[in-house]
Amino acid sequence: MRFLPAQEFMETKTIKNNEQSTSKTIRISGSEAVVRSLMAEGVDVLYGYPGGAIMPVYDELYKFQNEIHHVLTRHEQGATHAAQGYARISGKVGVAMATSGPGATNLITGIADAQIDSTPMVCITGQVGSHLLGSDAFQETDIVGISTPVTKWNHQVTKASEIPEVIAKAFYIAKSGRPGPVLIDITKDAQFEEFDFKYEKCTGIRSYKPIPETDPNTLQAAADLINNAKKPLVVWGQGVILGEAEAEFKAVIEKAGLPSAWTILGASAIPSTHPLNVGMVGMHGNYAPNVLTNECDVLIAIGMRFDDRVTGNLASYAKQAKVIHFEIDPAEVDKNVKTDVAVLGNSKDTLAAILPLLKENSHTEWHQKFKDLYQIEFDKVIKDDLHPTKDGLTMGEVLKEINAQTKGEAAIVTDVGQHQMIACRYADFNVSKSNITSGGLGTMGFALPAAIGAKMGAPERDVVMIAGDGGYQMTIQELGTIFQTKVPVKIVVLNNNFLGMVRQWQQLFFDRRYASTEMENPDFVAIAKGYHINAKSVSKREDLANAVKEMMETEGPYFLEVMVEKEDNVFPMIPTGASVSDVRLE
Amino acid sequence: MSENKLYTVSIYTENNIGLLNRISAIFQRRHINIESINSSISEIENVSKWTIVVKLTEDQMKKIIGQIEKQVEVIKAYYHTEEETIYQESCLFKIKSDLLFEERQIQNIIKESNARIVTVNKEFFVLEKSGRRSEIELLHRELSAFGILQFTRSGRIAVTKTPMEITKMLEAFNY
Ligand SMILES: Cc1ncc(C[n+]2csc(CCOP(=O)(O)OP(=O)(O)O)c2C)c(N)n1
Ligand SMILES: [Mg+2]
Repeated sequence: MRFLPAQEFMETKTIKNNEQSTSKTIRISGSEAVVRSLMAEGVDVLYGYPGGAIMPVYDELYKFQNEIHHVLTRHEQGATHAAQGYARISGKVGVAMATSGPGATNLITGIADAQIDSTPMVCITGQVGSHLLGSDAFQETDIVGISTPVTKWNHQVTKASEIPEVIAKAFYIAKSGRPGPVLIDITKDAQFEEFDFKYEKCTGIRSYKPIPETDPNTLQAAADLINNAKKPLVVWGQGVILGEAEAEFKAVIEKAGLPSAWTILGASAIPSTHPLNVGMVGMHGNYAPNVLTNECDVLIAIGMRFDDRVTGNLASYAKQAKVIHFEIDPAEVDKNVKTDVAVLGNSKDTLAAILPLLKENSHTEWHQKFKDLYQIEFDKVIKDDLHPTKDGLTMGEVLKEINAQTKGEAAIVTDVGQHQMIACRYADFNVSKSNITSGGLGTMGFALPAAIGAKMGAPERDVVMIAGDGGYQMTIQELGTIFQTKVPVKIVVLNNNFLGMVRQWQQLFFDRRYASTEMENPDFVAIAKGYHINAKSVSKREDLANAVKEMMETEGPYFLEVMVEKEDNVFPMIPTGASVSDVRLE
Repeated sequence: MSENKLYTVSIYTENNIGLLNRISAIFQRRHINIESINSSISEIENVSKWTIVVKLTEDQMKKIIGQIEKQVEVIKAYYHTEEETIYQESCLFKIKSDLLFEERQIQNIIKESNARIVTVNKEFFVLEKSGRRSEIELLHRELSAFGILQFTRSGRIAVTKTPMEITKMLEAFNY
């Protein structure tokens, strides 16, 4: 199968798909029903790996290959991350498919990642025939049981007639409310069985309320707190992006003059250059918003969940502040931080509703504090990261170069480790949905396959993947997928020959005992070339700009290795158990 | 606030085989022991009702209710204190029949405890008792002295003093 940009698929396909979702009934097999149901949901591309128990569905994918694009990843974990990358950049549901047993269990890491990062994804697995269930048949595994704690919903189908309804439900649940992963396990006999197929989209489930009602009193109470605040601070998360509330959010903070900081997954909802954007909070976040969290009088949390990497020690987190929490998931309210006012609802609606209740304000003096602390961080950390005077290359200067050559408009897909924190700190995010990274689970190996999905989900955008030498090798086989599909992703490995983030902790907290963190690495350029991907390695400052230029100007995929300082550390840092205001600059 | 208390959790759900896993995992992840669990039909057709007894702080309880309600197939979850519920447990004793006739004392215990004889045959008789945990435990202690062939006690079942407006909620869904 050839690689077609997802956009093209969309344009040619939606018309047909609409036809299919109308009420015509046709007699088909369960496996054909799976494919037709996916098409009816507007799926243009899915990621997966075949095997015995899912072969009937693959047979249908073969027949429908001009209408729905199946991408063969090189590992089922890669399929899930690709589906996640696709979902995160497009806002649509990502789809991954696998066979039973090992195929299904290989999906689990990606599913867990999607669950904790609220990514809409539907996974479809084949299962042994229903008469064999529970008999320890070949490649039988209880994937519904295994995936239960890491899915928003899951279900096993044993009859073909259930397929359209269950798939419709799966897409509805994955995408609505707080999004998440859903797994549908389909027995082989259900795939073969014929039935009268008719597709209807799911519009509601009586036991499931995706968006809680907003109490108008909470809006007024929140507005009063904000209007009377002298030192307000906004911390926003992915809820702004998932709710497609970027414009409403911007209007709110601009009207009330609110300094606003982001969690990793919230990055890019407003441009990095926006004057009210005061940077990232959390363990390796910016100095000013971390320190001033413990000085603000009103903390306005929007679509975020007070993860421990964001809050540090809860006992000394924003204790002086009144806390407002805009949230779609009622279970998040008061889970980690007690709120004074919880505004439940979809961020797009609640932010639009509070706007007229807010007074215009500018908080000039309070803003100056952020600028002053930024200057301290710049002198102690940022200057050396971005304008180093030492010989070795820093990760920061690579990011600076990428910013310059992409005008800060590329989607940055990162793996997990030092390079991830550096990328989040220094990448310019001037377009929403530009920071695609594994936040909650911290899954090494996420980046390469996620970049594939991201590029297919937004073919018009530049997608630059940034991984460490460690995590890159966890899913390096996806170079095969890139080679086969020709998907033009830019692959950057920041090679410090270490599991750098773990090494940093060993240096700081384990007296430099570098247990199993130093790596002897292969010739990454040769490996990329083995997959017929253009590749280069640089280790000198004077070569960096040209190498990035060549990468961005090359039409197809491109691999760039940058040899960076082996033992650089990421600062600022809030040590585990410390308070946000005890953030260390060195 | 941080005091551990017994709470009765009532969960109204769609009938689904996988849900038991989902709900018990919510407790298990947080190392909260389930004291008892009971599943049955409810006052509404096609809606199951679960009654779970747990011991924890109210703060933990609230968070767990949030996690339970978040499950797609859970219609509504409530928690109540001992004072807010009417609850019962039930138990069965299997005892040698000889004792019933030879030991006068047993007959008195049965009478005083309001236990009911379910069946008697030549070998054994079965005694049923419903009530509070303490009453059942007292009866168990008293009969232990004579020897019990088999004993089993059910999980708690409970109704609340205040109404639970599930029907209204479900009707609202149908517009
Ligand atoms: C699957 C997985 N295993 C282990 C870890 C723990 N871990 C976090 S960061 C890290 C080091 C990453 O090294 P590398 O990919 O080279 O990135 P660097 O920190 O050097 O930039 C490790 C091992 C993890 N996050 N994910
Ligand atoms: Mg490394």
